[in-house]
Amino acid sequence: MHNRAETSETSPSGMSSTGKFAWALVALLAILHYDFWNWDDRSLVFGFMPSGLLYQALISIGAAIAWALVVKCAWPTHIEEWADQVANSSTDDKADNE
Amino acid sequence: MISYLLQGPPKSTTPLIVVGIYLVLLLAFSILNSRRPRGSAGEYFVASRSIGPFLLLMSVFGTTMTAFALVGSTGKAYDNGIGVYGLMASASGIVHSLVFFLVGIKLWAIGKRYNYVTQIQFFRNRFDSNALGYLLFPVLVGLVIPYLLIGILGAGAVLKGVSDVPTWLTGAVICGVVLAYILTGGVRAAALANAVGLLAFVLISNSLGGTEAATQAVVDNAPQLLSREGEIGHLQFLSYCFVPLSVGMFPHLFQHWLTARSAKTFRMTVIAHPIFIMIVWVPCVLIGVWAAGAGIEAPGGNSNAILAKMVGMQLKNPWVSGLLMAGILAAIMSSLDSQFVCLGTMFTHDIVVHTLGEEKVSDVQRVRLGRWFIVTIVALTYVLSLFPPPNIFDLAVWCFSGFASLFPLVVAAVYWKRATRAGAIASVVVAGIMWCLLFYDGLIAPALADERVEEDYLIWGMMPVAFMIVASTVTLIVVSLATKPLPAATVDRYFGIGQKAS
Repeated sequence: MHNRAETSETSPSGMSSTGKFAWALVALLAILHYDFWNWDDRSLVFGFMPSGLLYQALISIGAAIAWALVVKCAWPTHIEEWADQVANSSTDDKADNE
Repeated sequence: MISYLLQGPPKSTTPLIVVGIYLVLLLAFSILNSRRPRGSAGEYFVASRSIGPFLLLMSVFGTTMTAFALVGSTGKAYDNGIGVYGLMASASGIVHSLVFFLVGIKLWAIGKRYNYVTQIQFFRNRFDSNALGYLLFPVLVGLVIPYLLIGILGAGAVLKGVSDVPTWLTGAVICGVVLAYILTGGVRAAALANAVGLLAFVLISNSLGGTEAATQAVVDNAPQLLSREGEIGHLQFLSYCFVPLSVGMFPHLFQHWLTARSAKTFRMTVIAHPIFIMIVWVPCVLIGVWAAGAGIEAPGGNSNAILAKMVGMQLKNPWVSGLLMAGILAAIMSSLDSQFVCLGTMFTHDIVVHTLGEEKVSDVQRVRLGRWFIVTIVALTYVLSLFPPPNIFDLAVWCFSGFASLFPLVVAAVYWKRATRAGAIASVVVAGIMWCLLFYDGLIAPALADERVEEDYLIWGMMPVAFMIVASTVTLIVVSLATKPLPAATVDRYFGIGQKAS
């Protein structure tokens, strides 16, 4: 799943423009989650599905898509690299040994 | 149509027999499993940095969804309508993944680099404070117990839906079976929740004459449940978004984050979690409102049992009905094992070994002590299950709210260098006190007064979690700024992420 965007298309701030778009999509979904316009809507879709429920289910699907984009385009590779540096703390559990 | 639905097929003991056979088989499997050679304490309590993508997804999903989703959401939708989905399910799909991404991956890196295993170990070292560790232990255990209680009550509600077996007996049976398989190695089947939810949906909708007829009954008899107007307030809806932050402080998830095989392990969870939630919640919410539309009365006025009652009443074949209920039970119970085992880990690792010293407690003693602690917690949970709150969904939300109020602590631990030992301790104390006071006022006091609470406990129209998070955050910031910073040598170990190695 490693992708070129992680390494070659990053800006000085460390995130590619696609990554920023992916995060913006997450933010947009968080805002759209508050669907005040559906509050009193009792209409049905497909003859059985309350429109308010369908809308929120679509938010869930949208969230999966947005997070897939974030994972693909804004994965924090630097964190993995930091973790892989050999720790010089052998036990590193100061409080445990007090 | 409605009169037929209310009558249902004649009551059969077959579903109860099928459920009984399932429980006996589970018990037999556990006993057989226990005869295999035992592993070390490390293998028994911890996943030894072997948690892979699928196990992490199942664990996250199992924690946040099973009993709460299958039993709680159906009951809550029966009472309050389709708005329940927006309160928890869609919000969780966004917030949970956000927490995995922004907090979970950082914790994984810190856990890997410094070989941390438990949540308390991390906080104890991050703030260089034994006192914080000893304070967090009872707080975390105290918050996990209500969640375990939800599982026991949820399973009890399933049995109650098909039989008149007394609650004390169903609770004892469930506790016994859960304990048996935890102590013998555990059986994990959180994925079952997805299959069960969908199967229940298909079978029940067929029995109601199809999805359109089932929803039409709601339009005719309980149209208010098809929207949020009059059922859920705007501030209530918005403040519910704080509840899913709890995922950042659940002890066993925290442990999985610290010990995951690699950061890539998180990818599947981040992406698939919203979809998994949807697959379970949409059918459960629809079944809840269909039950209300069909005029089905919850047994004893307890909406927790509405899913089981729908399964028991509507499915003409009692064997299918029994198998479905056994599936619901399996999904519920599978979410309990990792939490019980995690409590055992915290007790042995963070309290016993930390206090007495590594060399004074052997591997065998650790496993034995951990098991005794788990047995004690199961017994305590069973006793509490004899005084059940009226609504599983509400109890779960209280439990999640408590963990959410501790969320500022983990954010400060990984993002704010200036957070101090005193700030962290004060934040936990304030979160704990506020949770106890509000929980008593919102759930215990009405229960003691024998009042039936059908609405959420709100403060100025908002969920209590909003106030708890604000209070713990403000306390953390103010006390930290007023006290001496931690030494740079302690703090810098956690804040070099992204910088090149020197």
